[in-house]
Amino acid sequence: MNALQKISDFFMTPAMKIVLIVAAVLFPFVAGNEYQIYVMALAFVWAIAVYGMNIITGLCGQLNLAHGGFFAIGAYVLAILTVDHGWGFWWAFVAAGVAGAGFGFLAGIVSLRLKEHYFAIFTLCVGFIIYLLIDKWEELTHGALGIINIPAPNGFGLVDFTETTPFYYLALTFMVLSVWLAARITNSLLGRSFRAIRISDDLAASLGINLMRNKVLAFVLSTTYASVAGALYAGLVRFIGPAEADVVHTFDMITYLLVGGIGTLMGPLVGTMVITWLTQSLQFLEEYRMIVFGPLLVVLVIFFPRGVVGSFLGWRARRMAAAQDAGKSQENAKKKSPTSPVATNREAGNHA
Amino acid sequence: MQDHANSVAASQYRGGIALDLFLQQVLNGLTLGSIYGLVALGLTLVYGILHVPNFAHGALYMVGAYVSYITMVDFGANYWIAMIASAISVAVLAVLCERLVFNPLREAPPIHDKIAAIGIMLFLEAMVQMKFGAEFRRMPTPYTDILDVAGMTIPAQRVLIIIGAFALMAVLHLFLKKTMTGSTIVAMAQNREGAFLVGIDANRVAMMTFAISGVLAAVGATLFAPINLVYPAMGHLLIMKAFVIIILGGMGSIPGAIVGGLIIGFAEAFGGFYISTDYKDIIAFALLVLILSVKPTGLFTKGVR
Amino acid sequence: MLKINNLTKRFGGLAAVNNVSIEFEANKINAIIGPNGAGKSTFFNLVAGAMPPTEGTIEYQGMNITGMACDRIARLGIARTFQTTMLFEESTVLDNLIVGHRLRTQSRLWDVIINSRRLRDEEAKCRARAQEVLDFVGLSHIGHRITADISQEEKKRVAFALALATDPELVLLDEPAGGINPEETENLAGLIRKMVDHGVTVCLIEHKMDMIMSLADKIMVLDHGEKIAEGTPEEVRNNPVVIEAYLGSDEDAAA
Ligand SMILES: Nc1ncnc2c1ncn2[C@@H]1O[C@H](COP(=O)(O)OP(=O)(O)O)[C@@H](O)[C@H]1O
Ligand SMILES: [Mg+2]
Repeated sequence: MNALQKISDFFMTPAMKIVLIVAAVLFPFVAGNEYQIYVMALAFVWAIAVYGMNIITGLCGQLNLAHGGFFAIGAYVLAILTVDHGWGFWWAFVAAGVAGAGFGFLAGIVSLRLKEHYFAIFTLCVGFIIYLLIDKWEELTHGALGIINIPAPNGFGLVDFTETTPFYYLALTFMVLSVWLAARITNSLLGRSFRAIRISDDLAASLGINLMRNKVLAFVLSTTYASVAGALYAGLVRFIGPAEADVVHTFDMITYLLVGGIGTLMGPLVGTMVITWLTQSLQFLEEYRMIVFGPLLVVLVIFFPRGVVGSFLGWRARRMAAAQDAGKSQENAKKKSPTSPVATNREAGNHA
Repeated sequence: MQDHANSVAASQYRGGIALDLFLQQVLNGLTLGSIYGLVALGLTLVYGILHVPNFAHGALYMVGAYVSYITMVDFGANYWIAMIASAISVAVLAVLCERLVFNPLREAPPIHDKIAAIGIMLFLEAMVQMKFGAEFRRMPTPYTDILDVAGMTIPAQRVLIIIGAFALMAVLHLFLKKTMTGSTIVAMAQNREGAFLVGIDANRVAMMTFAISGVLAAVGATLFAPINLVYPAMGHLLIMKAFVIIILGGMGSIPGAIVGGLIIGFAEAFGGFYISTDYKDIIAFALLVLILSVKPTGLFTKGVR
Repeated sequence: MLKINNLTKRFGGLAAVNNVSIEFEANKINAIIGPNGAGKSTFFNLVAGAMPPTEGTIEYQGMNITGMACDRIARLGIARTFQTTMLFEESTVLDNLIVGHRLRTQSRLWDVIINSRRLRDEEAKCRARAQEVLDFVGLSHIGHRITADISQEEKKRVAFALALATDPELVLLDEPAGGINPEETENLAGLIRKMVDHGVTVCLIEHKMDMIMSLADKIMVLDHGEKIAEGTPEEVRNNPVVIEAYLGSDEDAAA
C-alpha cells in the first residue's frame, strides 16, 4: 500500500465526511473577508440545485433542461408570498418547496412520456415557458422589474440571517441535508432502480421497474431540490428578476455536474466548488465564462465523461479489483495474505 | 430583447383595413414560416443522419448573420456576396463541429452529444459577444422598396425572403433526389445500419449533412436579419422553435420540417395579431406541449420508434 | 406455459410479426430461428410487453397478458435478455445484479428517508439473491471486477444472471451466443440446460444451428414475420419449406 492508496482510502472513510464538515464550519473564521463567505454560501445554494439535477440527469439519465426554471419557481414563490402577501419566510419557504414538487409533478407526467432527445427538447421548452411567464406576467411577478426587498430568513430573534455568516451556516445546513438525502437515495434500492433506467428504459422495464413512476419520482425530487435552492437564493440575494429563469443557469449547473462527476454522490459539490472558485479567481471570466465553459463541456464529455469524482472512483475501483485478484492468487498459492481489502471495498457502483 | 425585434418587424405593417390586415398576417406567416422551415430543415437533416439534436444550430444561424453583417458593413460587399461568404463560413464551421465534436461522440451515451452541442452553442455565443458586444445591430439590405400589390403594401425584403427560402428548399430537394450524394444522404437518414452495410462512407455523408445544415442556417439568417435584428442571443428562440417544428413534423422528416415551419409561422402571425403580442412566442411551445401530451411521438410519425 | 394466438405486429406497412400462433411448454427449451429481420426480436418484445401487439393474444400460465405493461409482465415471472448486452459498465459485476431482485421488494421513498427496517432487510435480500445468481452462472470469482473489464462471454452470463435475479419462470434469451466463440458457446449451452434443470422455462433466439439443434426441444421458424414451421429439431431440419426458405438460401451463411 503506497501513499496514494492510503490517501484514496481515506477519502472513502466516514472520517473524511467529518473533516469536510469541520472545514466548512471553520471556513468563516479563516476566510479573508465577508465576500468570500458570501460566495461560499451562494455556492452551497447552487450545489443544492445541482444535487437535484443529479437525481434526474445523473442517476436516472434524463437530461432535464428546465432545471433552472424550477430554481426560479422556488425563488419567485418565496418572493411573491413574502413581499406581496406578507407571509413569513419559513411558511413561504415550505410553499416554495411544495410548489416545486407540484409543478415538477405536472411537468413530469407530461414530459417523461417522451424519450431521450424528445425529453431534453421538451424540457428546454418548458424552461423557456417558465421564463416567458415570469417575464411577461407582470401582475404576478412584477415582470422585468423583478422583486426587491425580499426578507431574509426569520431567525426568531436568535440569529440575524441578514448577516452573511449566519446565512452561511444556514446554507451549509441545508446543503448537508441535501447531500445526506442524496446519499440515502443513491445507495438504496431506489437509486438502483434509477440507475437501471439510466442504462436503458427497456432493460429497466424488463426488470420489473415501473418507468413512469420511478422517473416521475426522480423528477419531482429534482425539482423540489431546485425550488428549495431557489427559495434560499431569494433569501440570500434578496432581490430577483426574470434572469433567474434564464436557461444559462441550467447550462451552468450542467457544467458543475459534469466537472464534478455526473451520477456520483460528491460530484455536484466538487463541481460547484471548483467552478465557483475558478470563476471567482478569474474575475474577468464572469461575463465571458462560456468561452471557457463551452469548450470545457465538449472536452469533458469526449475525454473525461465521468468528471473528477467519477474518474477517481473508477480508478480506485479498478485498483481494488486488482488488489482482490492479487489477494486471491496469493491465497491460492497458500502464502500469508495481507489484510484483505475486501472489508473496505464497498462497491464503487454504490457511489458511481 | 426579442420583443423589440418583433415589434420593429410588426410595427411597419400596422394600420389599414381589416381584410388588408388579414392578408398582411398571411404574408407575415409566410415570411416567418419560410425562415423557420429553412432553419428546421438543417436541424432535421442532421438529426435524421446522426441522431444528434444539434442545440448549436441556432448559434450557427447567429454566426451566419454576423458574417453577413461584417461582410457588408465592414467590407462594403454586396448583399449576395455577403450571403455566399456567410454560407461558406458557416458550412465550414458546421463541418468542424462534426469532425471535432460529434464524430468522436458517436458511440457515447445519448446524453453526451447533447451536452457537447450545448457547449458549442455557449462558446460561439460568448465569442461573438466578446468580439461584437451584446448590442442590437441592424443589417442593411439593398431591397428596401415597398411594393404595392392590390392595395397591400409589401416590403421587397419579405418577398425576397419567401422566394429565396422556397428556392433554396427546391434546390435542396433536387440535390437530394437527383444527385448521388443526395440520395446517399436520404438512404442513410432512412436506415443508418442498412446504409453502413451497403458500404456508404458515413463520414463523408455526415460532413456533407452538416455543411448543408450550415448553409441553410446562414442563408436563412442573411434573408431574415434585415427585417429583424442581429445580436448574440438571436438564435435562442429560433432554435427552440425549430425543435418544436421538427418534433411536430417528425424528427428527420424533410417535408415535415417545411410544413411544420409554415404551421408555426402562421400560428404566430395570427396568434400574435389577434390574441396577444406579449405571449406570441409562447404559442409554439404551447402547441408542442398540447400535441406531445396527446401524442408523444409527434404529429406526423407513424408510430414508429 | 405460453400460448400465442394469431399474434401480429405492424410497423407502418411492414408486418414484422404476422399472424403467429404457437404454444411453448413449461420446462422445455424452445427456440426461434429465422433470417435477420424475420421478426424474432419483435416477437420477444411482444411477449415481454415492451410493445403492444397490433392483433392477437398472448396467454401466460392461463392468464391473458396481451397489452400488459412490461414491468407487470416481469413481475408475473417473464424475464429476458437483449440482443445487445446492456449493463452498467462502470460498476462491479455484483453491483449490477442487485437491482435484479428489486421487483420482489416493496421499499419506497419513505423507507429510504428513514432507512427503515424493511429497506435494510430487502437490500440484504437483493444482495443475497445477486450473489446466488452469480454463483449459479459460475461467475462468483469475478463479482468484484468492473463490468467494463470482463469478457464478452462473461457479460452474457451476467445478463443471464440479471434475468434470473428477477425469479422468473420463463426466460427469453435474444441471441445469447452472438459474438462469442464456439467453445464459449458450448459452455453457454450448458448453462441454459442448467437453467431448465432448475425449473426455468427457456425460449431463445439463436443463429448458431448446431447449438440449436442439440439444445432445443421445440423450434419455431419465422420468415418475414410468418411462422413457416414448428416442431422438433429433427422435423424442422427435414421440413422442405424450411430448407427452401431458410436453410437452403444464402441467408444461412449471413445468419
Ligand atoms: N421499433 C421498430 N420500429 C419499426 N420497425 C421495426 C421496429 N423493430 C423492428 N422493426 C422492423 O421489424 C422487422 C423485424 O425486426 P426484428 O424483430 O428485429 O428481426 P430479427 O430479430 O428477426 O432480426 C425489421 O424489418 C425491422 O426493421
Ligand atoms: Mg433480432
